[in-house]
Amino acid sequence: MTDVLVLLVLLPLAGAVVAALVPARAVVGLVVAVAQLALGVVAAAAVLRDGPVLGELGGWAQPLGIGLRLDGPGAAVGLLSGVVVLAVAAHAAAVPAATGGPGYWPLVLVTVAGLQTVLVADDWFTTYVALELLTVGAVGLVALGGRRAYEPAVRYLCVAVLGSFAYLVAVALVYARTGPLALHDGAAAMPPGAATATVLGLVVVGLGLKSALFPLHAWLPAAHAAAPAAVSPLLSALVVKGSLVVLLRVWTGLGGDAHLGTLVGLLGGLAVLVGGVAAVRQERLKRLVAYSTVAQVGYVVLLVPLVTPSLLDPTDAAAADVARLAWQGGMLILLAHGLAKAAAFLAAGTLVQVAGGDRVADLRGIAARAPVVVMTFGVAGVALAGLPPSLAFVGKWQLLTAAVAGGAWWAVLVLLVGGLLTAAAVARVVATALRRPDDDEDDAPAAGAPVPRRVALPALTLAVLAIGAGVGSAWLADLTLVGTGVGT
Amino acid sequence: MIGSGTEVQASWIPPVILLTSLVPALVIFLLREEQRRARTVLNLAGALAKVGLVAVLVPPVLAGQRFEWRVPFVPGTDLVLRVEPFALYFLGLSAFLWLLTTIYAIGYLREGRDRSRFFGFFSLCVVATSGIALSGNLVTFVVFYELLTLATYPLVAHEQTAAALRGARTYLAYTLAGGVALLLGAVWLTALVGPVEFAASGSAAVGELAERDPATARLLFALLLVGLAVKAALVPLHGWLPRAMVAPAPVSALLHAVAVVKAGVFGIVLLVDDVFGAEVAQRLGVLGPLTVLACVTILWGSVRALRQDGLKARLAYSTVSQVAYVTLGVAVAGATATTGGVVHIVHQGLMKITLFFCAGLLASTLGLTRVSELSGVGRRMPLTCAAFTVGALGMIGVPPVAGYVTKWYLGLGALEAGAGWVLAVLVASSLLNAAYFGPVVARMWWGTPAPEQDLPRPRRAEGPWAMVGPTLVTAGASVVVVLVAGLPFSPLAMARAIVEGGAP
Repeated sequence: MTDVLVLLVLLPLAGAVVAALVPARAVVGLVVAVAQLALGVVAAAAVLRDGPVLGELGGWAQPLGIGLRLDGPGAAVGLLSGVVVLAVAAHAAAVPAATGGPGYWPLVLVTVAGLQTVLVADDWFTTYVALELLTVGAVGLVALGGRRAYEPAVRYLCVAVLGSFAYLVAVALVYARTGPLALHDGAAAMPPGAATATVLGLVVVGLGLKSALFPLHAWLPAAHAAAPAAVSPLLSALVVKGSLVVLLRVWTGLGGDAHLGTLVGLLGGLAVLVGGVAAVRQERLKRLVAYSTVAQVGYVVLLVPLVTPSLLDPTDAAAADVARLAWQGGMLILLAHGLAKAAAFLAAGTLVQVAGGDRVADLRGIAARAPVVVMTFGVAGVALAGLPPSLAFVGKWQLLTAAVAGGAWWAVLVLLVGGLLTAAAVARVVATALRRPDDDEDDAPAAGAPVPRRVALPALTLAVLAIGAGVGSAWLADLTLVGTGVGT
Repeated sequence: MIGSGTEVQASWIPPVILLTSLVPALVIFLLREEQRRARTVLNLAGALAKVGLVAVLVPPVLAGQRFEWRVPFVPGTDLVLRVEPFALYFLGLSAFLWLLTTIYAIGYLREGRDRSRFFGFFSLCVVATSGIALSGNLVTFVVFYELLTLATYPLVAHEQTAAALRGARTYLAYTLAGGVALLLGAVWLTALVGPVEFAASGSAAVGELAERDPATARLLFALLLVGLAVKAALVPLHGWLPRAMVAPAPVSALLHAVAVVKAGVFGIVLLVDDVFGAEVAQRLGVLGPLTVLACVTILWGSVRALRQDGLKARLAYSTVSQVAYVTLGVAVAGATATTGGVVHIVHQGLMKITLFFCAGLLASTLGLTRVSELSGVGRRMPLTCAAFTVGALGMIGVPPVAGYVTKWYLGLGALEAGAGWVLAVLVASSLLNAAYFGPVVARMWWGTPAPEQDLPRPRRAEGPWAMVGPTLVTAGASVVVVLVAGLPFSPLAMARAIVEGGAP
């Protein structure tokens, strides 16, 4: 199984090199995407069956070598990455204009390699390197959006570097006290106290910047909206999730901090509300979708204050139940959001192209020309709003149960209102797209060619998956707990 | 409702019932617009299969057999689908009316646009309704209840005009907000007492909660009720119903008679009888306010109906009023009143769908949508107007049409329960019903068309037979159900069995 971990990282890296050299880049990208999905399935099955998969890169034992460890959340996000990358690659191969240029394929594969390294890395420093790789790839991808995207890309770069710096200081603090340390069980080496709290604070700020956690989110809507159509889905569905997974790993690994945990939760709540309201008010389609990502990051970190009491007192059985529910709920929302947001961004990109403008008002009546794409956007929106029977609803139900049982009524309110806000934002787009010109008005611009099936299908598949995965998702909920130590 | 002497067995039957509409829905989405025959065959095959399944299930279920299907939803909580008498009763109504409405819709939309989308969501609606009927616990109910909201939105917005989209937006805003209350109530209750299984005379765990902490139990009842009251159109949460009138006639029929409003009252019956249990609810003191709310809705709906000139708007307010009879029945409690409420689920469905079918015929054949335009229309469209008259008489409560049975049981039940004032509400409501339906009927048959109003000759007969046929069938059925009320398997007999099975 160790080989699988190494392959997960090396395959996209090798693919990036090949894609940069040969002319048939899309083919290389698609082949790597398929192989990556297969590896992800194998790895997830192994983790679900036997627990976390461990390994050492190059056969060197720690602390000299690089420790690898794939836990449940990592395997789950790896699966998500496999599915999303394949769908986006299929879309990009069908619509070369959506890629932004020939640099697309190598950059995508570098980004995927970065993400996979983040997921399998088990020590603080390797994780730092992996995050940098992820950032480099992602910034490069944003810049493919052309001249308009340069400024957001540079801003994203600055923010990400700042975040990395904060994380690096945290790493230095940890290593100064303990020497090289595994991410997943640092609590023994770093007992609660001022130093641990400082480390946690630095990590929250650093990774909060990279994940666009409110109020550090201002860079995200511009960057995700300016990126090419086949890039935005990867950024929102995967790149943001990479740093978020690390944040949660550090939190559970170090045993958390009560006050900081509450603060993170409150910021998450504000993110849901602020991001939700902003999404409702956006005039431009891709910014609307991007603001919903800000809200979704908030949903996920709502689990932090609900998990923390159990981390601080592992003997408390009631707290452990709450922690387990909250963790599963938050992780399922993260996964569901990944699928749905990738679908929404792909659909949005196609709609913008068909409409010839990216304002919501430009979409008027577009359902007549691109019915399947509008349907995809609507279905993805149902999943984003966490309505049944989507996977996000299953997560929301669990997170709500945890919040009620844990007495966090503010979180309950946030979850309920947040869902309505997302629904309102999506409904506005769908209603505009459905609006048929009145009989006395001039007819809409002459219908162009219909959207080909191979363009519409990848997004629709993702959206249907985001809805359908809700039924029988118990295995996925179980997977997200493996090797995290939450609720045990 | 699991009573004594019942036998629960794991079975694939419940999901198969869902699949009879889910498979047509998914396949129809994939059909091209011009594949009319394939669409019709799929629609009818699905609807007939469902009616057949329900018919086959009635005898064993009434004999005490229960068919159940479970799949894990979240750790510790399952999605449960269970065939029980009450489920079968609602399922039977929706299956029968879906078949007729599908035939009617094929006629109504014969020259329409986007028919694959329409019939796809139409079938999806029936999936949701069947799921609601079969749900064996609160989580399952919530899932399908919300699915129903989502599946009906594209139907209400079908015309895609500014007015249609406005109506659909109002509908969505009301129902999603109601869904939030329902979700909160369901999660909270589940967090307190574990998964809430629907059971005859209430869930035992909920009963204990009511003993231990009556204040929280009352709050939870109120939260769940708000969520259900939106779809059941109880005043003051009824505002969406008249505005959803912009939908095509078959959709209105679906909203008012088969699916949405019915899902709301079905849920209220479950909430009172199967979640809390009538006795526990009585002890908590929540049934009194619910009775008052139902009475206010009955009267307010009727008063508003009086002043509507739009035929569909008048029918819509009439639905607000009539559906509250069901709520009234369970709120008054006692076997007789509850029987009256439960039987009205079918009776109101048959009568109201007849009236909406007629409104659709008048609009599509002659272009008439206002009450004031209907003078003398009975001579041009006698069959339609006869069907309308049957429905209207039933709503007023004139024997031998179905509505009279309901009112009889409700009145008797109110007297038994010692709530004589409810009788006064019923009488007042009947007078109001007569006041807003009487003039319409009188105008149809005895009015003289205004000289400037030249009723166009219908192209052929009164409309396509696909529309006239179902209208006559439902009108006939609203009389037949009364004539056969004494026989086994009649709606009244079923309602009695359901209520008595639920008694301790």
